[in-house]
Amino acid sequence: MKNIDVKEVRHVAVLSKLEFQEDEILGFTKQIDDIITMVEQLDEVDTTNVPVTTHGLNVSSVMRKDIATPGMDRDELFKNVKTQQDGLIKVPAMIDNGEAGA
Amino acid sequence: MTVLDHTLEELHDLLVKKETTAEAIMKAVYKRIAETEDKVGAFITLTEEDALEKAREMDAAGIDPNNILSGLPIGIKDNIVTKGVLTTAASKMLEDFIPVYDATVMEKVEHAGMISVGKLNMDEFAMGGSTERSAFKVTHNPWNLAKVPGGSSGGSAAAVAAGQVPMTLGTDTGGSIRQPAAFNGIVGLKPTYGRVSRFGLIAFASSLDQIGPLTRTVKDNALVLNAISGYDEKDSMSYNETTPDFTAGIEDGVKGMKIGVPKEYLQEGLEAGVKEAVLKAIETFKELGAIVEEVSLPHSKYGVPAYYIIASSEASSNLQRFDGIRYGYRSPNAKTLEEVYVKSRSEGFGMEVKRRIMLGTFSLSSGFYDAHFKKAGQTRTLIRRDFEKVFEDYDLILGPTTTTTAFNIGGQVHDPVAMYLSDILTVPVNLAGVPAISIPAGFSNGLPVGLQLIANHFDEQTIYQAAYAFEQATDFHKEKPNL
Repeated sequence: MKNIDVKEVRHVAVLSKLEFQEDEILGFTKQIDDIITMVEQLDEVDTTNVPVTTHGLNVSSVMRKDIATPGMDRDELFKNVKTQQDGLIKVPAMIDNGEAGA
Repeated sequence: MTVLDHTLEELHDLLVKKETTAEAIMKAVYKRIAETEDKVGAFITLTEEDALEKAREMDAAGIDPNNILSGLPIGIKDNIVTKGVLTTAASKMLEDFIPVYDATVMEKVEHAGMISVGKLNMDEFAMGGSTERSAFKVTHNPWNLAKVPGGSSGGSAAAVAAGQVPMTLGTDTGGSIRQPAAFNGIVGLKPTYGRVSRFGLIAFASSLDQIGPLTRTVKDNALVLNAISGYDEKDSMSYNETTPDFTAGIEDGVKGMKIGVPKEYLQEGLEAGVKEAVLKAIETFKELGAIVEEVSLPHSKYGVPAYYIIASSEASSNLQRFDGIRYGYRSPNAKTLEEVYVKSRSEGFGMEVKRRIMLGTFSLSSGFYDAHFKKAGQTRTLIRRDFEKVFEDYDLILGPTTTTTAFNIGGQVHDPVAMYLSDILTVPVNLAGVPAISIPAGFSNGLPVGLQLIANHFDEQTIYQAAYAFEQATDFHKEKPNL
């Protein structure tokens, strides 16, 4: 692998909040390496003084008017929540062995 | 001949003259689905009771003679959110997700009186070109059930080709409407970026995504685009100008129209039957009075590498929202908050989605941003300029939609690079933000070939005008698969 190694792929998995089996890490390392090799074709493109295009259109993104409108109904919004308590989303403890055993 | 063999205009006439009813049309749709769905597998969700109820309401209220799509059935790709109706993006991540609001296009569909019949299969989160990457089912090509329908809007295209429903909505980030339209012998248009609101479209790559129509005929397609286009303050990149009538001038022909054929689009790697069909199409356009000349889009070959960096980077950012907290899949194995994130994502996403998140995260990470993401964005500028230059002298660009016809289910190479390279003829259009259509242009080894017509920003009318002229001069769109 010339572009990326197993260690970097493991790091990218951590950044991506994904976990993989060791054989999957090896597979990904090879595939991402191949993809980066393909992408390196771009090195031959002369991009001196060429601006970056980030949108599908040559217009700038706009904000809508800041007018207060009724929000979504709370009960509606909670329809897709897996676990809830007292109108709040319930998740596992954020801090292990946290204060007051929270 | 059944009621479903009619064009949208013909169906409208039958409704207005009371020779049929919206309910009868809807029943014919579900009858056809019942007859063919075992073979095709286009739908993830069907909403039969609701659709029949709406059709009856429409009949009772009377069909609006000025609202051409009222009472007519439409299928919706499953990455467009539908209030109260399961919306999965073909991912385990959203296997039980019931949206609490409608996408703007769904409000427009309803406003036009169209009735949704169900949600269509696709590659998970629209990442793929075969619909084999759906977490739920494989969709088969109606022309040959051993072949893929293309993707990612494979269900949307197969349903139209199979005669299940006369029109569907798909989405196109790198070719996901045009390639399946080509593989299924139907008409599919990716509108100009900004033409159709993305609000309520489950985001893949936000600077590239567009929703567009798939239909059997060109005029049908223009009618659907009429209904779904327009400014939406909920989409920050929405085009804030009046929407034209896309059927206006559709019959004006191509006499004197200047059409450029990029030499890069007819190069090596093209299936012989595809090339032959495109060369024949060029002759047809010439006979119809168009001026067809060779042009060059010199940066075409850099489209795929630029696209995969940009699309994957945007996807890795967009898909961060799937964290197992507010909605979507939550791993039963998670014991800590961190595990909720990591295990829910790892168990909820399929391999192709994970591969793109990994590639995108890598491209955006420190030390690689300049080398990859910035370079891809600069190359994108050059690709856009290639198109701008050709459109200074030409009305349209013509070429094949795909390098091959539909490939075998399960036969796609497992090498992602080879798979990504098959998008070479469609991704430059998304990078430049221009509109493009795929229309039926013949057959190669018994499978449909798609012809791609590309126009300048917001010039869908010229596309439809030329596509309509070609359609009137040929019979390819009249061919139907034997199911």
